Amino acid sequence: MQRLGEKYQSVEAFGWAARDSSGHLSPFVFSRRETGEEEVRVKVLYCGLCHSDLHCLKNEWHSSIYPLVPGHEIVGEVTEIGRKVSKFSIGDKIGVGCIVDSCRACESCREDQENYCTKSVATYNGVHYDGTVNYGGYSDHIVVDERYAVKIPHTLPLASAAPLLCAGISMYSPMKYFGLAGPGKHIGIVGLGGLGHIGVRFAKAFGSKVTVVSSTAGKSKDALEIFGADGFLVSTDEDQMQAAMGTMDGIIDTVSASHPILPLIGLLKPSGKLVLLGATEKPFDLHAFSLILGRKSIAGSAIGGIKETQEMINFAAEHGIKAEIETISMEYVNTAMDRLAKGDVRYRFVIDIANTLAVTRS
Amino acid sequence: MAKSSDQNKAFGWAANDKSGVLSPFHFSRRENGDNDVTVKILFCGVCHSDLHTIKNDWGFSHYPIIPGHEIVGIATKVGKNVTKFKEGDRVGVGVIIGSCQSCESCNQDLENYCPQLVYTYNSRSFDGTRNQGGYSDKIVVDQRFVLSFPDGLPSDSGAPLLCAGITVYSPMKYYGMTEEKGKHLGVSGLGGLGHIAVKIGKAFGLKVTVISRSSEKESEAIDRLGADSFLVTTDAQKMKDAIGTMDFVLDTVSAEHSLLPLFSLLKVNGKLVALGLPEKPLELPIFPLVLGRKMVGGSQIGGMKETQEMLDFCAKHSIVADIELIKISDINSAMDRLAKSDVRYRFVIDVANSINSA
Repeated sequence: MQRLGEKYQSVEAFGWAARDSSGHLSPFVFSRRETGEEEVRVKVLYCGLCHSDLHCLKNEWHSSIYPLVPGHEIVGEVTEIGRKVSKFSIGDKIGVGCIVDSCRACESCREDQENYCTKSVATYNGVHYDGTVNYGGYSDHIVVDERYAVKIPHTLPLASAAPLLCAGISMYSPMKYFGLAGPGKHIGIVGLGGLGHIGVRFAKAFGSKVTVVSSTAGKSKDALEIFGADGFLVSTDEDQMQAAMGTMDGIIDTVSASHPILPLIGLLKPSGKLVLLGATEKPFDLHAFSLILGRKSIAGSAIGGIKETQEMINFAAEHGIKAEIETISMEYVNTAMDRLAKGDVRYRFVIDIANTLAVTRS
Repeated sequence: MAKSSDQNKAFGWAANDKSGVLSPFHFSRRENGDNDVTVKILFCGVCHSDLHTIKNDWGFSHYPIIPGHEIVGIATKVGKNVTKFKEGDRVGVGVIIGSCQSCESCNQDLENYCPQLVYTYNSRSFDGTRNQGGYSDKIVVDQRFVLSFPDGLPSDSGAPLLCAGITVYSPMKYYGMTEEKGKHLGVSGLGGLGHIAVKIGKAFGLKVTVISRSSEKESEAIDRLGADSFLVTTDAQKMKDAIGTMDFVLDTVSAEHSLLPLFSLLKVNGKLVALGLPEKPLELPIFPLVLGRKMVGGSQIGGMKETQEMLDFCAKHSIVADIELIKISDINSAMDRLAKSDVRYRFVIDVANSINSA
């Protein structure tokens, strides 16, 4: 496959970037490469705010490259296509998620699991094969290889589809892979935030029974009435947790902050699975007995491959699944980040890029 | 139902406190009930769990304790409801001797995951009697928890299969290690469990690498046990070369150790099965799990049906443990050596020929 080589970055772009680990975002003029043969240029319409954006802006994973333009829940419109592009036409509404390239040759890539390729390239803060640093979706347009973009069916409202590109696939993929999707299965979802709330909707669409496990008792009403969860457990309530022991086939844990997992393992039935999504730096304490006495397991999962992301989008369109969002203007983004840090969002911020970015350019 | 009488006098060796020192001990077994089989014990394997229990490493030991759950013997009496066995049959008794027999796990032949599981020793039966294990002359067990010892499986070197064998066989099946020949299994720790895992892995057509702290056991792992390769965890370059090469790792080590190097050996979607029972929590790093969709799972022995299947499989493939036969009077020095991993690879007590009552 022809690599891009060193391409002159000739197309002007505008977005918001952080210059240092304060994470404070402000207007940023930069440039993108010309559209390659197998690439599409996408005018960004909406971009979701993922908690990973916040972690990265603040350099919490010690790998941030500044200036940093985050954003990997991108929905936009195709404005230009390379001459070998076959998946999309100009005017198509498409989505771009967390990765924009991979090695394309390893076992993971060949099995449509590009997300597990050790050389996968992140949409932002990743280094492209031509040596340039990637800038994400808090910007007016993006250029991406068609292989790493997905089509958004016209039945899905665009703004609330954006969070599916990261939060949605992050929940959909492990539910399918770990056999938790379907009637007769009881799934616990830990954390009712950006990922958790979409997870409840997917799980219900699969026909699974869903219990939300949260440290915030106040989210019970939304969990049960808006998202359709079957049950709600307050994780700090020992009696509730005790009563629910041994009742779940699987648990998807969306919480990234360090937290005890022994109580969660206790909620599992024998042979139950705890799937961790949060990228926590500090190791957890593993009480081997808790897994041995009950043949339980703990696994990780990270987004999904592109093929599965398309499958997830199509499933969401078919079942009317969308994120519960608060649409914001570009200039609100720093306030939104502060609120996100405190968990003060019902349940995902989405930036209205098309209508509010350009005006911030002085 | 559980009455003891003079006929059921029994004799064994028990530990009386957490020094773990074993000494002669007189006690009695229940009368043989309608569903019971009385077993004259011929051999009993010495499992590392026996050592952990007599030393109260896990904090739930109740003394006096006669350990031993790798028991092979002869049925000397069978109750009137017993259909599976007759007097004179060679039988085995493993790690469990009771369960509720009505829960979801029991109904799926997974008695080992029954919440009311009864262990062979250091436990109480439903009627309140304290259970004592196989370092003794006889045992009385409900037929559901007695196994038929296949012809062709020697009583002495077959005994350790009743715990070590099923402990590795069950997760190998459950976690998908036996579905495809040619998959790569890493066996961490070459002791009682590990050496049997190598043999069973090879019988299933897997490529097997032994993972160990030192190169001491390398030539026997390869020449005698049939492992394909041997990886020393302290050899940084070899460990680096082995990154992402294994489909599965069976971790049999109960001493404190880091899981991170073992995770790095796994391919994407790889599975680590933790079988060792450490005293303290292990550190579980999250990034390797998330970035490679890797998994750590546990497993505890197997149900009775699967244990029988395992014995039959081992008989068919001539898989037995590598043992050092000892007299009961040598048990304390054997325990000292076991604590230092100084055994190739399982002690087995020649009970019938060395136990005698006063």
